[in-house]
Amino acid sequence: MLTEPALTASPEDKAGHEVIIRMRGVRTVFGTRVIHNGVDLDVYRGEVLALVGGSGSGKSTLMREMIMLHSPDGGSVKLFDTELVGIGAREAQRLRRRLGVLFQQGALFSGMTVLQNTGMPLREHTRLDDVMIDALARVKIAQAGLPPEAAGLLPSELSGGMIKRAALARAMALDPEILFLDEPTSGLDPTSAGAFDELVLQLKDMLGLTVLMVTHDLDTLWRVADRVAVLGDGKLQGVDTMDALAKSTQPHIQEYFKGPRARRAREQ
Amino acid sequence: MSRQDSSQAEVEIKADTLACNGRWTVGDVARLRADMDEMALPDAPVVTIDGAAISAMDTTGAWLLLQFRQQLEADGRKVILAAFSAAHQRLLDYIAEERRAADKPTVRAPGKSWLEHWSSIVDDSIDFLAFVGECVLALLTAIRHPGRIRWRELLDDIYHTGVNALPIVGLLSFLMGVVIAYQGAVQLKTYGANIYVADLVGYSMLRELAPLLTAILICGRTGSAYAAKIGTMKVREEIAALQTIGVPPIELLVLPKLFALIIVMPLLSVYADILSVFGGMVMANAQLGIGFNAFLERLEEAITISTFMIGISKAPVFAAIIAIVGCYQGFKVEGSAESVGRHTTISVVQSIFMVIIVDAMFSILFSMLGI
Repeated sequence: MLTEPALTASPEDKAGHEVIIRMRGVRTVFGTRVIHNGVDLDVYRGEVLALVGGSGSGKSTLMREMIMLHSPDGGSVKLFDTELVGIGAREAQRLRRRLGVLFQQGALFSGMTVLQNTGMPLREHTRLDDVMIDALARVKIAQAGLPPEAAGLLPSELSGGMIKRAALARAMALDPEILFLDEPTSGLDPTSAGAFDELVLQLKDMLGLTVLMVTHDLDTLWRVADRVAVLGDGKLQGVDTMDALAKSTQPHIQEYFKGPRARRAREQ
Repeated sequence: MSRQDSSQAEVEIKADTLACNGRWTVGDVARLRADMDEMALPDAPVVTIDGAAISAMDTTGAWLLLQFRQQLEADGRKVILAAFSAAHQRLLDYIAEERRAADKPTVRAPGKSWLEHWSSIVDDSIDFLAFVGECVLALLTAIRHPGRIRWRELLDDIYHTGVNALPIVGLLSFLMGVVIAYQGAVQLKTYGANIYVADLVGYSMLRELAPLLTAILICGRTGSAYAAKIGTMKVREEIAALQTIGVPPIELLVLPKLFALIIVMPLLSVYADILSVFGGMVMANAQLGIGFNAFLERLEEAITISTFMIGISKAPVFAAIIAIVGCYQGFKVEGSAESVGRHTTISVVQSIFMVIIVDAMFSILFSMLGI
């Protein structure tokens, strides 16, 4: 949304950033495996924050905890200043309307066309008429950079890049304040991945979105992310801009950003 | 919600101005949109839309505002957007552009005509025959090279389709025996022909009902599972992966299931025979006062070994139908989760249909042979 007065005011940190998600001491355990052991993370309104880390470092799980798909075993997660641990069903439902999520595989409903997929959140959550919902869905589909013909297609008829765009159109349907992207460019060719990066930037500028993304794509990190949070060993190893992280001497961060691939991405 | 109600999107209509106020966001425009058509819009050659009092706007609100503009312009008026904040104006321009991009109507492919419908049924039947042919070829290969039979999968399938089905097949056969004996008892009692309840139960269950009942249960329980399993593998490209590794999917997925069911079904039918006769016995004892010994003696006189064999001989045929239809429908799955569901349903309906047709054909065949 474009205006300052959010439905619930969020706290500000020392530097004056409005904190939209605040995680403190988050602990996650799967069986005997400790995934997160005290993660502290603030996400500011209007920024693009990227979560990175090796496979199995719990990036996606941390994101699932922010969008109420998984409850942490300890600590606190605050979204728009509402505590998510032990939240009631009604309150959770109200918060979910303010989030948009793009899943890694798109997770489009396979029995519906792109138009129906995109219109579904509007149909479920508003009292708007079908004509307006269809028209709005078409606008979102255009926003996501899909041609108008794509509206009538089924997910099984789409290419990988189109699936991501259609899923983005659905995630944007309710004009969310925070957009969560799980590996938005994975499985795309470099051209489509680059175009998707630009699309995310454009939407963020236009609509004042806060974007939280999980990604492995170093080009995306350099191009899109305002700040990058590095997960490793169950803790946050550092949160900073790419430039600062690239200079870091922390072994976990170095390992991630000083490989030959990372250097090449930076030079571009 | 009351707080939001008070700030819903509204327009105030003056002589040549449309003054907007409130929150023009997705949750707050529904009422305005509903009232929009009955509104008397300003009737002046130049109309100003005043956005100074809009407190919030998102893409939905922008869309609706542009809809107002479109309606005014449609009646030949000139429209000026005035006093919008820079951010709102930017959003309006952006959405106006996307609206133009989205404005091209889409053409959905027309539905199938009846001719296409029938031709697709013919295509389907040819596909099915081709699949049966492939299975037979794979079967012949397997017989020539028994080393290539997947024993692990075979045993696994026998366990899942056979051992795990025992409780439900047993219970339903027992109840079927009870029902037949009960219905028969009422009739036979009036003639004083109580002891013939053994003939009734034995003949009907052993020859017809026990194998048929087992087959129908296995259709629902196992045929559908085959279709769903293979269908899901198809969606996840596991079938394609098998092909690239050089393992024929039919050899790995269909043959073990086919063999397992052909082995298991006759055994399940025997088991169903036993439990249904037991059910009949219990009922005969309770309703007609026929003891177990008397019942079994009569059964031995009434039922020949050929009656039993006729029933059992149908089981492997039913098994082959169920396994092949289930697997075939699994391979027909394309793309989506919905397709898995549809083909699973089709597999059950089709295999029950075919089992009953084949059962009828058996009856004709046996009567022609005079068995």
